[in-house]
Amino acid sequence: MAERAGGGRRHVRALLIGAAVLYVGALVLLPVASLLRGALGGGIRPFAEVLARPDVLSALVMTAKLTAFAVVVNGTLGTALAFVLVRDRFVGKRVMNALVDVPFALSPVAVGVVLLSLFGKGGLLRPITDALGVEIVFAWPAMAMATAFVTLPFVVREVGPVLEEMGTDQELAAYTLGASPFVTFFRVTLPGIRWGLAYGATLTMARAIGEFGAVLLVSGGVAGQTETATVFVYRALEDRDDRGAYVVATVLALASIGLLLLLDVVRRKRGARGQAEG
Amino acid sequence: MAAGTYLLLMVALPVATLAREGLSKGLGELGRAILHPVARAAVLLTLETALVMAAVNAVMGTLIAYVLVRYRFPGRKLLDVLIDLPFAIPTLVTGMMIVTLLGPHAALGQLFEAAGLRVVYAPPAIILALLFVTLPLVVRTVQPVLMELDGADEEAAYTLGASEWTTFRRVTLPAIMPAIVSGALQSFARALGEFGSVVVVAGNIPRRTLTAAVHVFGEVESGDVHAASAMSLVLVTIAFCVVLVVSARQRGAHG
Repeated sequence: MAERAGGGRRHVRALLIGAAVLYVGALVLLPVASLLRGALGGGIRPFAEVLARPDVLSALVMTAKLTAFAVVVNGTLGTALAFVLVRDRFVGKRVMNALVDVPFALSPVAVGVVLLSLFGKGGLLRPITDALGVEIVFAWPAMAMATAFVTLPFVVREVGPVLEEMGTDQELAAYTLGASPFVTFFRVTLPGIRWGLAYGATLTMARAIGEFGAVLLVSGGVAGQTETATVFVYRALEDRDDRGAYVVATVLALASIGLLLLLDVVRRKRGARGQAEG
Repeated sequence: MAAGTYLLLMVALPVATLAREGLSKGLGELGRAILHPVARAAVLLTLETALVMAAVNAVMGTLIAYVLVRYRFPGRKLLDVLIDLPFAIPTLVTGMMIVTLLGPHAALGQLFEAAGLRVVYAPPAIILALLFVTLPLVVRTVQPVLMELDGADEEAAYTLGASEWTTFRRVTLPAIMPAIVSGALQSFARALGEFGSVVVVAGNIPRRTLTAAVHVFGEVESGDVHAASAMSLVLVTIAFCVVLVVSARQRGAHG
């Protein structure tokens, strides 16, 4: 199409491509490069030294734990939710469908405020948690809830369309052949949705690793105990610990770049599968 | 059943809690918290920066989507992947990146400063951070719609002697307009609550560079959960309205 274009259109083409590349380069690539240069400018050794610090290590481990929690909880319950929304017919389904996207519309700080007013001093559920003797806010449970909350929509929104497209023919066939619901799910349904699930889980991971606002409000920010990697970076910036902030921020940036490449692989796998079948 | 309960617990409860906490001292107190000069300035700044961002995003997002779909050129694949990078990078890290690039100690920042333009710790940095964070939204909404247009109408326009600009304006743009508006609205809603990147780049001076989300954080820090809830309620209400408009439009588009 473009090959048959006249001279005028070739100029337009070059101009538009140039503008797009320049914009993305300046807005995205330049800041990323500037961060990496700042962190790795002093060489690998100081970088590694910071990584070995106990407060840095514990923050990274905390982030890893919270991310794993979010992936497991939303991987299972998110898939269940997608099932209900796609397969079942019931009153209030549209409301439920709309509710799933609420975490995307809610500011992370608002999520933090909610957790504080539920579990903080004088909170609505405080009597219950006090009676049970569990600490929620300024401890890991609230941080885990915040992380699971902000990542709730991903798996639902990735698995849902796949389920819809798959239909129920194969499952019904399995039932007809005498398979139990359990066997049908693991042998028929799960293989069908696995790339959608993988994509949703990867998005969940990326978002969980980067969660900051909600977690900051409920973490209490005790160094070495209830600090996630992002909260650590924030505190390090406040304390003028630039080295620490840079190093951990770089680790986070590299992790997200890695996840992004992973997403691309999953997307291609999913695409290839879709084409082979359709 | 388990799924429904999970959803109710996770989503409906938080919103109800926010409303309850915000209204716990009565409507008058809620109004006072929202209409406080600092709070009002914060909401205004948030709306202004989000609006500028959404406008720039609508234009540049469409341009990028157009380039990605209609042209084949070396590096196109890389450009396509880069669009998602802002979504993957933690917003706090985004803020740090902007400060390292344009802050008072950075070469580029000093260059701008010498030219009389303050970027970091001023509204331009807020807009920049929002543009970074919301980059994928317009591109990824417009891209699939452009891909679905088969190009026959555009080709017909070219054959009839229309220039690329005329073709775009008269043939392509009307078809992708709903997607552009949807994407811009989504980025606007997202920007209202943006915290991580803004808290680092804005400087957070009350009445000048303090956004609504950062104001919520400040109120929590100073122990006023009620004022924080009130402001959160405002943010949530605006964001919900925008999201409702988007989904209503989408339902309309699908018949």
